Amino acid sequence: MARTLAQPATLAVTRARRWKIDWHAVTAHAILVAAVALLAFPLYYAFVISTQTLSQVTTMPPRPWPSTAIVANYVEAWQRAQMGRMLINSAIVALSVAVGKIAISLLSAFAIVYFDFRGKQVVFWMIFVTLMLPVPVRIVSTYQVMSVLGWVNTYWGLTVPLMASATGTFLFRQFFRTIPDSLAEAAQLDGAGPMRFLWTILLPLSKANMAALFVILFVYGWNDYLWPLMITNTPNMRTAVIGIETLVPRTSQLPEWNVAMAAAMMVLLPPVAVIVAMQRWFVKGLIETEK
Amino acid sequence: MKRSVFPNRWLPYALVAPQIVITVVFFFWPAFDSLRLSLYRASPFGDRLIFVGLTNFERLFRDDASLRSLVTSFVFSFAVTFVGLALALLLASLANAKIRGLTVYRSLLLWPYGIAPVIAGIIWLFVFHPSYGILPWLLSFVTTYQFNWFLKGWVAMSLIIVAAIWKQFGYNLAFYLAGLQAIETSVLEAASVDGAGPIRRFFAITFPLLSPVTFFLFTLNMTFSFFDAFALVHAVTQGGPGDATSILVYRAWKDGFEGLQLGYSAAQSVVLMALVIVLTAFQFRFAEKKVTY
Repeated sequence: MARTLAQPATLAVTRARRWKIDWHAVTAHAILVAAVALLAFPLYYAFVISTQTLSQVTTMPPRPWPSTAIVANYVEAWQRAQMGRMLINSAIVALSVAVGKIAISLLSAFAIVYFDFRGKQVVFWMIFVTLMLPVPVRIVSTYQVMSVLGWVNTYWGLTVPLMASATGTFLFRQFFRTIPDSLAEAAQLDGAGPMRFLWTILLPLSKANMAALFVILFVYGWNDYLWPLMITNTPNMRTAVIGIETLVPRTSQLPEWNVAMAAAMMVLLPPVAVIVAMQRWFVKGLIETEK
Repeated sequence: MKRSVFPNRWLPYALVAPQIVITVVFFFWPAFDSLRLSLYRASPFGDRLIFVGLTNFERLFRDDASLRSLVTSFVFSFAVTFVGLALALLLASLANAKIRGLTVYRSLLLWPYGIAPVIAGIIWLFVFHPSYGILPWLLSFVTTYQFNWFLKGWVAMSLIIVAAIWKQFGYNLAFYLAGLQAIETSVLEAASVDGAGPIRRFFAITFPLLSPVTFFLFTLNMTFSFFDAFALVHAVTQGGPGDATSILVYRAWKDGFEGLQLGYSAAQSVVLMALVIVLTAFQFRFAEKKVTY
């Protein structure tokens, strides 16, 4: 009898606890949901436009929901702007800049940390100074250097000059310094040469840093604008972020925003997908490269 | 310093060679060439260079357009960085609670970082479009003012500022939120017991403790708005209407590539270079001394 009486009482207590609302948490959720929605809206709207017909796009009031012209628009964008070629160019640039930069900065950090050599300070400062010389401060002269080399409008020109990296070198240098000396000593005692040590010990240890750098550099390479704009001058060498301009309707043209938005969707997908898929390394990379 | 070093005479040079070759050929050579070019002017047919001394710099500092461009650059960078960071900090402070699902929110906030400035520009260009955009349509219910960025400089400026803030806002918010979550609540509670109100607590405790995050985000946003925003200006407003959105980098590019005034463009590059060197030096000094880690 006592048990049956006690049960409703405990139920009441739990119910009371459940109904006591933590307003602090509710506000926090409300704000974050609103922020996420506000951020996502322009992307959603762009997607919606990319699925509509021309007359739906140009009729007011705007229709904020998807329509049926999705396939037609994407095919049209793909054919009209040589999207396939442009996306391949972007992929080539993004991948070679990311891989090249990682390899080059890994090697120079290895040399700086694990060797004593004459001119080490000079090398270190030369790499450091590149931080102060981004592309925009050497616009015309860089182009001239590229034309002297005959690299204008080539994949070499699009990728190699972007592969030097102070941030990458510093990142690996910092990381190598945290690795105990005993590892290198043991490797030397076992008769392993420096390259073998790099390959079998340092490289596996650096995986997380390489992944972090990869995300940042892939996004950078894919989205970089000024460099491919200067270095390429034919449609077949354009990267996607440059070539998409031909699809943006100007005042005198048919307002085919649906086609432009379809192209925008295709161009933005790869870097966004890399960030979403490799999010943990992305955050690490963002912090490490700015240190 | 590492004590164990590999004894090898030539290997370290081979290892740094790729980095140094690229640095010398694509960074130092053009930088020195910019310095040299800034003292020359292209001949009328563009076939040779005429030495003009400091004339390009004189012209640059006397030209009203370059002053306007400097002001435009600073207005734009200030708006993107300060407004963007202030908004993010405000929202993060309001949303700072021990709640579940923070990692989910983080994922939903970080993706816009991957969107190219051009793409952000194209999307917002359409949102602002005078005839078909959703924003002028919504505003038409409130006012009869024509928000036409083709004609009105400040609307064009707002367009690129909004596009830039949109691209940056998600991770600004995500980083501030993470920074706030890392602050020990006991410090704030102690201050609260001592009678400090929420605003006092924020400025006396929270904000100073967040300074590394602020500094980190400040650098990222400044670099973005000074340099990467070139894409936004080039693809969306082309510096216009008039020269309302003509930021420094866009102007240097336009004078060099469209105007073919190589020396004049190089002089602008040299000024930009000086600016970057000062900013970098400032950044390192500031990072060492003023920031509480």
